[in-house]
Amino acid sequence: MSVLELQQVSFSYGAKTVFANCSLSFDSHERVALYAPSGRGKTTLCRLLAGYSKPQAGQVLLDGQPLPQMGPCPVQLIWQHPEQALDPLLRMQTSLQEAGPLEEDVLHRLGIKPEWLTRYPRELSGGEMQRFCIARALAVHPQFLIADEISTMLDALTQVQIWDFLCSYCDEHEVGLILVTHSQALQDRLATRVVNLDSL
Amino acid sequence: MDTQQHLSSVHTHEEAHHGHTHASVSHHAGGHHLLQVENLCVGFQMYETLPQQSSPAKGIACKEKQTKRFGFFSRTTTRQTMQWVIDHLSLSVHTGEILAVVGASGSGKTLLADAIMGLYDTNTCVEGVIYYDGVKQDASSLTALRGSEIAFVPQSVKSLDPLMKIGKQIGGDPARRAELFERYSLSTDVEGLYPFELSGGMARRVLLCTALMGNPRLIIADEPTPGLDLELAVQAMKDFRTFADEGKGVLLITHDIELALRVADRVAVFKDGTVVEETAVANFAAPHLLNHPFSRALWHALPEHDFSFEGEL
Ligand SMILES: Nc1ncnc2c1ncn2[C@@H]1O[C@H](COP(=O)(O)OP(=O)(O)OP(=O)(O)O)[C@@H](O)[C@H]1O
Ligand SMILES: [Mg+2]
Repeated sequence: MSVLELQQVSFSYGAKTVFANCSLSFDSHERVALYAPSGRGKTTLCRLLAGYSKPQAGQVLLDGQPLPQMGPCPVQLIWQHPEQALDPLLRMQTSLQEAGPLEEDVLHRLGIKPEWLTRYPRELSGGEMQRFCIARALAVHPQFLIADEISTMLDALTQVQIWDFLCSYCDEHEVGLILVTHSQALQDRLATRVVNLDSL
Repeated sequence: MDTQQHLSSVHTHEEAHHGHTHASVSHHAGGHHLLQVENLCVGFQMYETLPQQSSPAKGIACKEKQTKRFGFFSRTTTRQTMQWVIDHLSLSVHTGEILAVVGASGSGKTLLADAIMGLYDTNTCVEGVIYYDGVKQDASSLTALRGSEIAFVPQSVKSLDPLMKIGKQIGGDPARRAELFERYSLSTDVEGLYPFELSGGMARRVLLCTALMGNPRLIIADEPTPGLDLELAVQAMKDFRTFADEGKGVLLITHDIELALRVADRVAVFKDGTVVEETAVANFAAPHLLNHPFSRALWHALPEHDFSFEGEL
């Protein structure tokens, strides 16, 4: 089991303080939904946890160690704009292979069709790109997966299929799942714990 | 361009006209079609490598046309095929109406929006007829309408011009711009930024402001809400409603059925490049009111309902 924690983290954008001396921990057996009113800093927290932003004070620790500076991050962030997350000049298979070897079973479970592999991002629909972003995050074999509104690009049926797969994948591989969603219903379906950022 | 006035105005609700019918509860002020899409087909030229027995992609509506390449490429084993992604699609938006388009990811919703906006790639083949305000359009006249009569909220936040500051891109009246920025919680400094300096959610809000900025009569919104928190998403929906109530029209493409149902008048359900069902919003109250198995499957899949699906996707 691994543990991802924020230790006395402070973060502000200029004069606007988002987190002040905030501590929080997640373990890899849970599926945690982050809950907060708009503008409270859900996306900021996701970015801090995945190492995209550095806190001004305090630290983010994975099993007691700072996140590695080099190589793929064991905390993978998937977010709501797949078109921004993919290199437009790379074919999908190249993007994927940069993260790790292709695993056919994962591709299949995510509904990725083999003929999409040789396409460029602009030749795919929003939902198709999002499936590649999920596949790429899993190819790293992360210890934690952070999903920031990932299903806004997916139709309801595909969402069911993908959440079903992600939940079983995370259980099987002991990957902790941290998710942000504006849908109360989805949160109730998926989360084993809800963290309200206002209570920090 | 065919400038002859299209005979669109009078028909009873459920009568088939222009290749489609409307559900009986449709909003139908005077029956005037602001936008009509008739028998739209969109396909791509693809090159396939032989000799593998090339099978048409499953799940994509495929009427396959084949051409063997000769001459320069005669020694290669590549064959050009047309893959039809949108297949005989018809729909319409009336004045005063929001038509929601929901459906499978990859079913061709964005391509529909692109076709209406006259934005196609070089390898794209578009067939069918599009009327705007009763007048038949072609690619160049659609391009001319874009931005003035028809505003577009694209799905991709990368659609902004990377080399132009936001304020300049949005253009228009500064007072109106300031009002919209405030409405969508964008600070005024954003005007001086370049697109790469924006977060995805900010870019989405800029795209929305751009569409609401001018004085269009029709808004084509392709997934306008990802990246917006719930309050702002609801705000955007209300703004679309107000816009439509002024006698204009909105084509709202979205996966957020729950959100769309709050404001739309009718829903067109898409699957494999065509409309499988066109129904009144009220019919989404219960699955037995929906006609097509795919619509019912979508209903059951919503996390508010059963969060389940049966069979293969
Ligand atoms: N340039 C292209 N070349 C080949 N295929 C393409 C191209 N652009 C899009 N497609 C395919 O056409 C299909 C429809 O794409 P489209 O973007 O319209 O889907 P969509 O309904 O908007 O899906 P989503 O809800 O995921 O955004 C997809 O399967 C996509 O892979
Ligand atoms: Mg799309």
